[in-house]
Amino acid sequence: MTDMQKLYLVVPLAPLAGAILAGLFGKLIGRTGAHVATILGVAVAFIASIYIFRDVQAGNTFNGTVYTWMEAGGLSFEVGFMIDQLTVMMMLVVTFVSLMVHIYTIGYMHEDPGYQRFFSYISLFTFSMLMLVMSNNFLQLFFGWEAVGLVSYLLIGFWYERPTAIYANLKAFLVNRVGDFGFLLGIGLVAAYAGSLNYVEVFAQASDLATQEMAVTGWPLITAICICLFIGAMGKSAQVPLHVWLPDSMEGPTPISALIHAATMVTAGIFMVARMSPLFELSDVALSFVLVIGATTALFMGFLGIVQNDIKRVVAYSTLSQLGYMTVALGVSAYSAAVFHLMTHAFFKALLFLGAGSVIMGMHHDQDMRNMGGLWKYMPVTWITSLLGSLALIGFPFFSGFYSKDSIIEAVHASHIPGAGYALFCVMLGVFVTAFYSFRMYFLVFHGKERFGQAHHHDGEHHHDEHEEEDAHAGDHHHGLAPGQKPHESPWVVTVPLLLLAIPSVLIGFFTIEPMLFGSWFDGVIFVGDNHVGLEELAAHFHGPVAMALHGLQTAPFWLAMGGVVVAWFFYMVKPGIPAAIQRTFKPIHTLLENKYFFDRFNEIFFAGGARLLGKGLWKAGDQGLIDGIAINGTAKLVGWIAQMSRLFQTGHIYQYAFTMIIGVFILLTFWFNRG
Amino acid sequence: MLENYFPVLVFILVGLGFGVAPVILGRVLAPYRPDGEKLSPYECGFEAFEDARMKFDVRYYLIAILFILFDLEIAFLFPWATVFQEFIAAGELAWFVFGSVMVFLAILVIGYIVEWKNGALDWE
Amino acid sequence: MNFVVPDFYPAAAEIFVAIMALVVMLASTFARGVRWLAYALTQFTLIAAAFVTIYTLKGDVSYTFSNLFIGDLLGDLLKLLIYFSMAIALLYGRGYLADRNIDKPEYYVLALLMTLGMMVMVTANHMLPLYIGLEMMSLGLYAMVAFDRDSARSTEAGMKYFVLGALASGLLLYGMSMIYGATGSLEFSGIANAVYHQAANKTVLLFGIVFLMAGISFKLGVVPFHMWVPDVYQGAPSAVTLIIATAPKLAAFAMAVRLLIWGLFDVAEQWQSMLMFVAVLSIILGNLAAIAQTNLKRMLAYSGISHMGFMLLGLLSGVVEGDRHYALNAYSSAMFYAVSYVIMSLASFGMIILLSRAGFEADSIDDFKGLNKRSPWFAAMMMFVMFSMAGIPFFIGFFAKLSVLQAVVAAGYLWIAIIAVVMSVIGAFYYLRVVKVMYFDPPVDPAPIHAPAELRVLLSANGLAIAALGLAPQALMSVCAYALLASL
Repeated sequence: MTDMQKLYLVVPLAPLAGAILAGLFGKLIGRTGAHVATILGVAVAFIASIYIFRDVQAGNTFNGTVYTWMEAGGLSFEVGFMIDQLTVMMMLVVTFVSLMVHIYTIGYMHEDPGYQRFFSYISLFTFSMLMLVMSNNFLQLFFGWEAVGLVSYLLIGFWYERPTAIYANLKAFLVNRVGDFGFLLGIGLVAAYAGSLNYVEVFAQASDLATQEMAVTGWPLITAICICLFIGAMGKSAQVPLHVWLPDSMEGPTPISALIHAATMVTAGIFMVARMSPLFELSDVALSFVLVIGATTALFMGFLGIVQNDIKRVVAYSTLSQLGYMTVALGVSAYSAAVFHLMTHAFFKALLFLGAGSVIMGMHHDQDMRNMGGLWKYMPVTWITSLLGSLALIGFPFFSGFYSKDSIIEAVHASHIPGAGYALFCVMLGVFVTAFYSFRMYFLVFHGKERFGQAHHHDGEHHHDEHEEEDAHAGDHHHGLAPGQKPHESPWVVTVPLLLLAIPSVLIGFFTIEPMLFGSWFDGVIFVGDNHVGLEELAAHFHGPVAMALHGLQTAPFWLAMGGVVVAWFFYMVKPGIPAAIQRTFKPIHTLLENKYFFDRFNEIFFAGGARLLGKGLWKAGDQGLIDGIAINGTAKLVGWIAQMSRLFQTGHIYQYAFTMIIGVFILLTFWFNRG
Repeated sequence: MLENYFPVLVFILVGLGFGVAPVILGRVLAPYRPDGEKLSPYECGFEAFEDARMKFDVRYYLIAILFILFDLEIAFLFPWATVFQEFIAAGELAWFVFGSVMVFLAILVIGYIVEWKNGALDWE
Repeated sequence: MNFVVPDFYPAAAEIFVAIMALVVMLASTFARGVRWLAYALTQFTLIAAAFVTIYTLKGDVSYTFSNLFIGDLLGDLLKLLIYFSMAIALLYGRGYLADRNIDKPEYYVLALLMTLGMMVMVTANHMLPLYIGLEMMSLGLYAMVAFDRDSARSTEAGMKYFVLGALASGLLLYGMSMIYGATGSLEFSGIANAVYHQAANKTVLLFGIVFLMAGISFKLGVVPFHMWVPDVYQGAPSAVTLIIATAPKLAAFAMAVRLLIWGLFDVAEQWQSMLMFVAVLSIILGNLAAIAQTNLKRMLAYSGISHMGFMLLGLLSGVVEGDRHYALNAYSSAMFYAVSYVIMSLASFGMIILLSRAGFEADSIDDFKGLNKRSPWFAAMMMFVMFSMAGIPFFIGFFAKLSVLQAVVAAGYLWIAIIAVVMSVIGAFYYLRVVKVMYFDPPVDPAPIHAPAELRVLLSANGLAIAALGLAPQALMSVCAYALLASL
């Protein structure tokens, strides 16, 4: 093993070591020990990632097996690393955001009794995510995939005494099962037809796979594989209609909302599809499917952001919408743009979440934006960084979000694949919506009248779950500011990560767009078929980031975004009565949005109800009657009876034992002589 | 063919002779004054005709086993002795062959020492 | 005269152990007061023998003692495993024996002689040394089973084992004589040669194979030659049960391999179908009968019967309609199974010893109730062992079962694989019942566990090894395959 290979191993193992220390020996090493150990682990991983990044820049990529776990039926199950430009970028993003979140957590969780457990979980998450991105085969990818899902489940239900948290983590788990089912089917198809789980070996056969049809059904194989894999991505990256778990995942503590449910884990699906570009490129049907799903998510989830009053939920819906943008980019073969947006989004969305967390701390765990306002005076750092994050999110020129989002819109514009027209409409309108809800939140929280310290404003009609939540944790969390109390700025462990995250949120797009999108950074990693446009047309018009930003000032997306900001300003700063009026006038639409398009209700009645009905039927007829009655109790009785009978032979008399042996010999003899 | 078995015939006859002759001679020559002890099949050990599941001293067995052990030792020495002669005649490896039987005997001697030291040879 | 001085070098380990057995015997006679001496010397011998074996290890096959002795990688590997399991078993059992006041030096002398017997078995290239080794091992075991002379159960078990063992030896010898009659050779290569040239009388040969099979089956403890197993496992002191259930299984495996594969490979079709008979019966009966047991040692005895049946499945899948393509895979899967079983057995009986104390045998399943409350760590270890024995992924037992089943399926015996899997599922019930009582039942006896530190440490290592080897089974599998490949 070369030194570099050892270093590759260090990257995932350092956080794992931290997680084990904090998790198993948490009591022993105490709170300080736990955060020192885990932060050290993640910091080591981050530094190693930088080093590996430099190495990859120098042209040293790696693809190889570290350990062969077992071989069965011609398939080998291995742990291996594929270190290339895509991986190393993901490693940097994951370790950097994770490091920031670790530091931030010291401040955010400092009163929580589960302090060590929390650190252990987030370090474990970092390990799992790194295993996922560094994998060179489907098995390890799946391992990482499930492991991040597990940690996400654990963290959503971190406050396991709250019924809503348990409900939310169960929901996340179940919905992800649906996605994972597709994902596993996809992997199974790959294993069955390509005979390998190794990326490179599978990709080498991609064109061969493209010509095959699936047995029995006659479906084109490659399309089936890609759609199955993408269903996995839909679960993990929360695409319509498997998005329902993500907003509820906000039940978890805010640092993990930033780390897992915004910056890293939910982008695993995007990463996966980008990684699989040699497969996806071969199926236009799959790409169109991806495109339409992504576009729908991008626009319609954005709408929902507008009606939310919980600060975290606004950011959550914004995450959904941005994930939709990335998926759209995948659909139009602009994989590098998707990954690019993934990266910029990781920074600014983590920033926004951590900012929201900081606000929540300042407000003593009140998350309702209607109880805020004018916070800029009290929380200057949070205010400025949140503003920067919001500007990045809406794609204001020169900010990182501008470069990534504009590239996606342009790529959609250039694409000819079926569904591109619909997608273009969605992403354009999405820009307006994004700007509107972002600045609605910004104005409501940081500007306007100071509404805190008054009687709490609860939304009356539909937010049952939030009510329950408040009731449930009223006991263990002081909630909201008492009258006359003022919000306060958060401690340095919270503000420093905000500042550190603000830097890439603003700048990273400017500096990296050229190599990532139009340079040769992703050559040999991401594959775009000849029949797809990808980013070629864009590249032709690209004259450097400054020119692009200046040109951006004259394009529709910019004005749409500005429109959104202005409307938000007008609605919430100038004439605060308007939203209520609109709400009254367009009651049905508002109801539709309030109920999140009735997805939850639909799932509740149709899937959950159906499953319960089916389950009940199976339980009564199948389980109790057939299985319990005949299969379980029947066989158990039979087995028990045989077991008792066999005891009868074991009398303890030695002559009987000897007799049995002789009989045995006799049987062997007669039988084998008679068969010749 | 058949003459090959002549030694066997001789062996059988001699064996018969050895078996029968002392009995006849004893009948003819010896004084005959029977008593209870003398008429029993074995003068030491157990009653011949009683319940087979009686208790008896386990030391009989110990002695018997030790006897068999050393008896077998002698049985091994006979074939060795015949072969050893040939080795001496051939003039090679004689010491090796001698040494190997000594190792065999040494092992038995160690066993003997152990049983002696552990009191297996004491009746009481 | 065609006598040559034998090469002692390949047999260095055997000679060393033999000498040390005498040394321990003398030392225990002349220094009876020094209680630890015999134990320490025995452990030293086992460790040193391992070094000797490794030092004299050669990749190729060597014969010595007029071809009575074969030195090959298979034998060396099995010898190393035998030292290892004997050393662990003696270590586990030491405190147990001391509590019952039966830690006599003779015990260790017997253990060493038994080890020597097993070594001779695994390196025999001829029926006679094989038989001598087998008897040395068995005689040692008979005495050890009856070692607790004041316990009626122990002496009864020893008696039964001895009588039935003698019967089995008789059958085996009878089989050997038949084979000799058919082939004119007692040496495995000579037998193989005669069989290959079809010089052997078929009827006599078959007769011989049946009796050999009976002898092998008895030593492995498979149906219908299994009747001694539960009684002896239960009756013997746990420390001795631990020994019976471990190293001798490896030696019996070696015996089966040497006799059947080295000697009788060309009539594999014949003995394979016999193995099929005993293996399938063992798997069925072992698993079913284990369910009805309340005594843990007895349950493990039946489980051992089914495990040995499973192991035989590997041996019987080697040759399919004359095609020997899968032979190596099949035999190495059987070997891997045997080794895994030994590792799991060590831990399971080790757990019984751990919970036992002076005057108390923790050999009932009820004694494990609520173990989690008394010692969560050892409850977890026991859970590992039970999971592994049940064949739950990802413990070593799972991979053992998997590799054997792969061999069986590759050989085309799908129906056997199905029976084996169904029976494993039924078998999982009684393993999991132990886990259930440990975690969900209140403890009958809330006393904390007292055990020597070395037992605790080693038992933990053993339990962890079961998990660790399950995560990384490849290395051990390759070692087994390589040893067989280099020796065949």
